[in-house]
Amino acid sequence: MKWLLVAIIVAGNTASDLLNALAMRRHGEVREFHPSAIGRLIAALATNRYIAGAIVAMAISFFALLSLLSIADLSFAIPATSASYMIETLLAKALLKEDVRWERWLGAGLVAAGVALLAIE
Amino acid sequence: MKTARLLAVAAVLFNVAGNYCLSLGMKQTGQLVSASPLDYLRALLNPWVALGVVLQFGWLISQLSLLSWADLSWVLPITAFGYALPAVLGAVFLHERVQPTRWAGVALIVLGVAVVSRTIPRTHRPRGESQ
Repeated sequence: MKWLLVAIIVAGNTASDLLNALAMRRHGEVREFHPSAIGRLIAALATNRYIAGAIVAMAISFFALLSLLSIADLSFAIPATSASYMIETLLAKALLKEDVRWERWLGAGLVAAGVALLAIE
Repeated sequence: MKTARLLAVAAVLFNVAGNYCLSLGMKQTGQLVSASPLDYLRALLNPWVALGVVLQFGWLISQLSLLSWADLSWVLPITAFGYALPAVLGAVFLHERVQPTRWAGVALIVLGVAVVSRTIPRTHRPRGESQ
């Protein structure tokens, strides 16, 4: 059950990150951060279909995380769900057409290895 | 560039604090593996879970704002510093004993963040800029 929940969280996180990135690229830079500007940002994003899809994916991932946290420690849950780094970097290059150079591949690899080490009790 | 880095710091702090509160709350509510949404809504009544949700909302806003300034392949490794932070804070402020393997993990994450932070945050054109 633990690993099924991990798989659901990874899939949900990946889908939600890709959709959020796509939505925010189309939205343009967020330059104001006072409460009313954040309110306007939320209103603008509420009608964005990519954000809607991302929220559904994020909600599935979130409730799976709650379930996982109720049967496993945070020190297992968070690192175990970090398997998505390389997958998301690959998809950012393939789908979002980002210029992923060797520094980013190396950085993503180091981070994924580091997070895996953190999970070792 | 400076905005992207500030937003990355905000996203990391909201995420670490939010996860900590959720973990604390879920330990109090007990096991929760259910198909019923009502069981999850009941968990939200726990103050720590509720505070965790508020902090996660702060993370969502800062993460979305960050994604408007930077590539996903830049944001992911940079914000992963949030995984290393609890171990560092635990060792420094709570004097917790951190295993050597965990320190090695922290070092790899910091190295990964340092490598990626040398790259330009955004490689695509922002909306509205001429082609």
